[in-house]
Amino acid sequence: MYRYDQYDQAIVDTRVEEFRDQVQRRLSGALSEDQFKPLRLMNGLYLQLHAYMLRVAVPYGTLNSRQMRMLGHVARKYDRGYGHFTTRQNIQFNWIKLEDAPDILAELATAQMHAIQTSGNCIRNISSDQFAGAAADEVTDPRPWAELIRQWSTFHPEFTYLPRKFKLAVIASDTDRAAMRLHDIGIQLVARDGQIGARVFAGGGMGRTPMIAPEINSFVPASEILSYLEACLRVYNRHGRRDNIYKARIKILIHALGADEYARQVAEEHAGLKTLDLDPPAAELERITAMFGAPAFERDLPSHIDRNDPDFAVWVDQNVSAHKQPGYSVVTISLKPIGGIPGDASADQIDVMADLAERYSFDELRVTHAQNIVLPHVLTRDLYAIWTALREAGLAEANLDLISDIIACPGLDYCALANARSIPVAQKIAKRFGQAGRQQELGELKLKISGCINACGHHHAGHIGILGVDKKGTENFQLLLGGSGAEDVSLAKITGPGFDEDGVVEAIEKVTDVYLAQRQTGERFLDTYRRLGMEPFKEAIYG
Amino acid sequence: MKLLTGNDLATGDVVWWTGRDWSRHVEDASDVADGGESIARAEEGARRVTGPYVIDATSTPEGPRPAHIKDRIRALGPTVRPDLTLKPADPSAGDWII
Repeated sequence: MYRYDQYDQAIVDTRVEEFRDQVQRRLSGALSEDQFKPLRLMNGLYLQLHAYMLRVAVPYGTLNSRQMRMLGHVARKYDRGYGHFTTRQNIQFNWIKLEDAPDILAELATAQMHAIQTSGNCIRNISSDQFAGAAADEVTDPRPWAELIRQWSTFHPEFTYLPRKFKLAVIASDTDRAAMRLHDIGIQLVARDGQIGARVFAGGGMGRTPMIAPEINSFVPASEILSYLEACLRVYNRHGRRDNIYKARIKILIHALGADEYARQVAEEHAGLKTLDLDPPAAELERITAMFGAPAFERDLPSHIDRNDPDFAVWVDQNVSAHKQPGYSVVTISLKPIGGIPGDASADQIDVMADLAERYSFDELRVTHAQNIVLPHVLTRDLYAIWTALREAGLAEANLDLISDIIACPGLDYCALANARSIPVAQKIAKRFGQAGRQQELGELKLKISGCINACGHHHAGHIGILGVDKKGTENFQLLLGGSGAEDVSLAKITGPGFDEDGVVEAIEKVTDVYLAQRQTGERFLDTYRRLGMEPFKEAIYG
Repeated sequence: MKLLTGNDLATGDVVWWTGRDWSRHVEDASDVADGGESIARAEEGARRVTGPYVIDATSTPEGPRPAHIKDRIRALGPTVRPDLTLKPADPSAGDWII
């Protein structure tokens, strides 16, 4: 894992004291809310429905047990005993007091954590593959690159006031576990002639105008990646629309210009930038990469799993993934208990996960964009002990990628922007379909719920998506089908008129009935939808 | 009726204008009629509240009820965490929101 050097620590510590001064000036009246708001947002502090909300960055979703315990500590000491893991692999605390915010950031800084650039029109937290360093199909560990980009983008003076927020993802496998092409810029690291480089996609995103990022460069050499990104951002910063917030994301610019023209302008800009020595020396990437070296894996281990306990066997089948190292496994801890709140974890649960990481997973955890937690490197022979501990903590739901493993934004229960509540819908769906056996029968089915058009719940990328809207003062839910954030990326389409809360659950029942009746051998819900098209599902729903 | 609401500057707590000061309980809110904007400006200037705004509400025997669900959720707390609302001991409190 990356460890701060003296510069990183100084940057974060200085920022804490700067924000402490800004908060003091706000409380004293020296700063108005209009003056203070952009400052607090740059430190991850929002004003939500019930209180201030603090979004803490988890760079590329990676953290160690000390950092995880710090999150539990913040939840316990400054919040109401829990946190909410987000679709950008971060964590949010919902009940923060402004007067406490500087102390919280100071405590986070002691664990090499911060909330910098988790809001505002800047480059946000870099997201990545939660199986990085453990996946057999990756060409390299994407995290050193994500860290390099994090350092480049932190306080980048030219990109602090972009037309709109900017999200990057870095993966290194053909399997996309990070919704890479639904980012402003998505990077897939690839190998060509023995060299690592970046396949670059730009102009993807969700929100009110969802788009899949087209490829703009098939191979940017490792030595030029930062100057190339600089060129991408510079063209966007120069031409992105600042006159209309709804048309300010890079996807709108690229759609207007055309991907080829945008790529041409980037190439032209890059040709100039390359001559300025902006790219770091190879030694810097090597320095960072050295911190992400593979753990000291034991060799020649058996891969046998004793499956005598049927509940354990179900969990293994669903939540345990293959590791590149024989004898090791990847565990995904579901934060989606049936009837629970997707992505929420109590301070005690956070501590349990930290303890398990320290004891069993080389001190590492990952946050996934699907709002779950990963123990990336566990001995297969330890799986039963891990499962037993998770079960005692209420963390052993065996539902990864099933219909109850729902991505849901905080919705109108917490969010000032939301039009409808997401969480109660998620709870009803999980209760309806989450019985033992039923969701397994449905197989992989990614269901995603957003409480407004901003799409924090990724409804456009759901095999089944739900969008909450405000219909004359009451909550209404539109149903979408056929989306995917994976390597088979696609955007979901709206079925038709929306429903009330119970109605949308009934509609999903009808949709899944069509799937069960019409599926062919080996087909997931998404495959059947793609083969049949919308019509039979629509017919079943609206008759 | 019209209510004035906002968040306490230091704590972020949801607060309601009572006619004299701010309360965390919507039951204490008073009708600001057409005076909400000027009260908001004065109170924001005095740093007692942030983000104040005027909402529509109806008068009920139990007290003012905000017209929009968003403000009813603000008034009581998240519907999915009854234990964190202002009435954790009342299991039917959430019915007031819906």
